[in-house]
Amino acid sequence: MDSSTLHSIGLVLVMAVVSYLLRAFPFLVFSGKQTPKFVLYLGKVLPYAIIAMLVVYCVKDISFTAVKNFLPYIISGGLVVLLHVWKRNTLLSIVAGTLSYMALVQFVF
Amino acid sequence: MKYKKDLKKAFVATIPVLAGYLALGFGFGVLLSTEGYGALWALFMSITMFGGSMQYAAVGFLADGISLLSAAVMTLIINARHLFYGISLVDKYRGAGLKKVYMIHALTDETYSLVCNDDAVKDVKNKHFYYFTVSFLDHCYWIAGCTLGAVFGTNVQFNSEGIDFVLTALFLTIFVEQWLSSKDHTSAIIGVVCAAVCTMIFHENMLIPTMIAILVSLVVLRFVRRDKYDG
Repeated sequence: MDSSTLHSIGLVLVMAVVSYLLRAFPFLVFSGKQTPKFVLYLGKVLPYAIIAMLVVYCVKDISFTAVKNFLPYIISGGLVVLLHVWKRNTLLSIVAGTLSYMALVQFVF
Repeated sequence: MKYKKDLKKAFVATIPVLAGYLALGFGFGVLLSTEGYGALWALFMSITMFGGSMQYAAVGFLADGISLLSAAVMTLIINARHLFYGISLVDKYRGAGLKKVYMIHALTDETYSLVCNDDAVKDVKNKHFYYFTVSFLDHCYWIAGCTLGAVFGTNVQFNSEGIDFVLTALFLTIFVEQWLSSKDHTSAIIGVVCAAVCTMIFHENMLIPTMIAILVSLVVLRFVRRDKYDG
């Protein structure tokens, strides 16, 4: 096994362990006592902000130097939003958005 | 079998996740294979990490060969929301014994949404068995989707350009869903503004500064609108 394979295995294990610790943390901390109000507040409002951040993170590399660099993003992103407002079907929104984006970057632009 | 009805209930509840995980897992497997990592890697990652957005992000980390410390920090950031899922399940999972060790591992966004549904467990005989089965079935669907995608991506020649949009579509869909199902959009707007400003300043290193900015903003918000959030 070469060193880059070992490094990849190490990366997966580190990510797996940290993921588990994050998931387990509330169960360890709040096993006996009552959950503090402040933590409940963050638990309620934080997910909205985090998902918004992840959306921005995904679109941050769009370049506006040429039409073909940003128009597929705007069309497919718009399709995802409209479809989801209309049908509220997560799978449909994701599949239709991705297929339309692939078609646009491969065949149209 | 003692809890045959509970098993059936759990399976029926997970059918939407079955469809979603096969598709999203498949997308992950294909994406992973385009970086030269095959089915064994997809299997390994889907068993040990079990997280949609985390695994998609990990494809880039593996390709770039980032350091172990960076991987740990990025995992903390991307999966930080899991800190808050557990809070509402502390009571539900109490007394589940060894099952709990696995149920914590398998706690994804989708599993969380299923085990939070109290209507589903009204006539269930053994709730912990039900929660465990839902978690385990979701995990199986995810492993199957990821592995099949990697097998497909490795063996079938096709142009996968643009498939990475699946992640954008996933987050965008969750964002729209949250927006539609909530009246107060303050937190979502704070997230967009903080992320946009931090992207302008920090470019590709925007995640950590954005998280800090969001936390500070939400803490300030709570003090400004104390009446609203203390109810």
